[in-house]
Amino acid sequence: MMAWILETSINMLNILNNIVRKVPIWSIYLMLMLPSFYYFYIAATGTLSIEPIKALEHKLGEFGLKLIIFVLAITPLRRHLGFNLFRFRRAVGLMTYYYISLHFLVWLLLDVQVMSLIIKDIVKRPYITIGMLAFLAMTPLALSSNNYAVRKLGRVWLKLHKLVYGIAVLGAVHFIMLVKGFQLEPFIYLTIILSLLALRIKFKKNYVRSD
Amino acid sequence: MANRWTQNLTEKDITPESDFLNRRQVVKSLAGIGLAGLGLAAGTSSSLAKGSDVTNTWEEITSYNNYYEFGTGKNDPLRYAHQLKTTPWSIVIDGLVERPARYALEDIVGKMTVEERIYRLRCVEGWSMVVPWNGFELADLLNLAGVKNGAKYVAFETALRPDEMPGVSYPVLDWPYVEGLRLDEAMHPLTIMANGIYGKAIPNQNGAPLRLVVPWKYGFKSIKSVVRITLMDNQPSTSWNKSNSREYGFYSNVNPEVDHPRWTQAYERPIGGGLFSKRKPTLMFNGYASEVAGMYDGMDLRNFY
Repeated sequence: MMAWILETSINMLNILNNIVRKVPIWSIYLMLMLPSFYYFYIAATGTLSIEPIKALEHKLGEFGLKLIIFVLAITPLRRHLGFNLFRFRRAVGLMTYYYISLHFLVWLLLDVQVMSLIIKDIVKRPYITIGMLAFLAMTPLALSSNNYAVRKLGRVWLKLHKLVYGIAVLGAVHFIMLVKGFQLEPFIYLTIILSLLALRIKFKKNYVRSD
Repeated sequence: MANRWTQNLTEKDITPESDFLNRRQVVKSLAGIGLAGLGLAAGTSSSLAKGSDVTNTWEEITSYNNYYEFGTGKNDPLRYAHQLKTTPWSIVIDGLVERPARYALEDIVGKMTVEERIYRLRCVEGWSMVVPWNGFELADLLNLAGVKNGAKYVAFETALRPDEMPGVSYPVLDWPYVEGLRLDEAMHPLTIMANGIYGKAIPNQNGAPLRLVVPWKYGFKSIKSVVRITLMDNQPSTSWNKSNSREYGFYSNVNPEVDHPRWTQAYERPIGGGLFSKRKPTLMFNGYASEVAGMYDGMDLRNFY
């Protein structure tokens, strides 16, 4: 029985991995971009919320946070389950940056509006400072997400892209800090992110031991 | 009783006729009951952008709510508040009163003068609405119970019904929701207990069957679905203050000069403007300064936020 389950699982995994290998990358970009068009559409037509600005801002930020979780899950999925989504990693990473950029632009242009308030907000409001910090830290990662930069930067590239761990934590903390009262949802995001990071620490130890 | 406060502008004074006819069909249909004016403080209308102080539609008022007992999402109250049973309803009035008792809602309302009050509502989160409430002055209700000498504060409590309120199974706040006012604030003619909006029974998501409305304070002071009113000689504790005293004080008067630690209070976004809605400056005491500022003479409003 156990053997059968194991065999079926491995077969399933092989089928899945084969499918992943055939999916064109551009379709991942397109698929991940679609929700943003949808959010803007329902925000503009009034079906998202009576007050669409904050609602749109939150939708975009939350989708960005989901994508960063997706990015962080790719390595553990391959290491622990043998499910290989490495081909999508750059696309998902860049789309995270796309959503957080939109989140930032909606905040800047539609939400805050008043120029003098923007600087004040960034400096005086810790949750905005943290959000800005995470966004700024993402920028070099987005700019170096191309083959040329990977070749040129070599080992530095690997080090640089470790920034994503800190960025993900900052993103979840930003969410925790902006809600009123004690709310569960942002803590669920933080827990998932910390768990995905913890999986890496554990793997490293095992790796050292087996050496 | 009541009718102690007179509204001095009509809605038509500040709303272009075309907008009035196009956007305010609910109002139009209610034209028969007589449109009282917006509660604009003298001299403030000129500082408002044209057409920005428009009474919100029934849909806006009843589908964008903060009522955490039904969930923290803005449309959670609309989705879940129908579960709240509002009949029968009674309110315990106790503490420093001559006639402490459990008062049936219909007995209370029968003795009160219900009038329309079109008030601005400013949420502490930075958005605002204009709501045509129907209600009576809290002073009349307190006089019904008879306020004793020595009473200095009024405490309020919202119903706590875990079976009917899905939000209270989460520790977002320390339930039940409680609020409080100083006695002079409670007795002020602007302070009302509302049981209707646009001449209709107040919907559950807006605090049925009876809620407080204190238009010069941030919205969370205007406690919903009240089940208890207690007259006290000391300052009662309030839910948001217990949750985060640095961010939410006992007074919580609308004040553009004292920011919330996490966002500005100098501006507000009127609900109903859509995706490209402009912010407008928030008014001191939400535009009711000429009526209420005197109650806070000599108080440093930075300390008593």
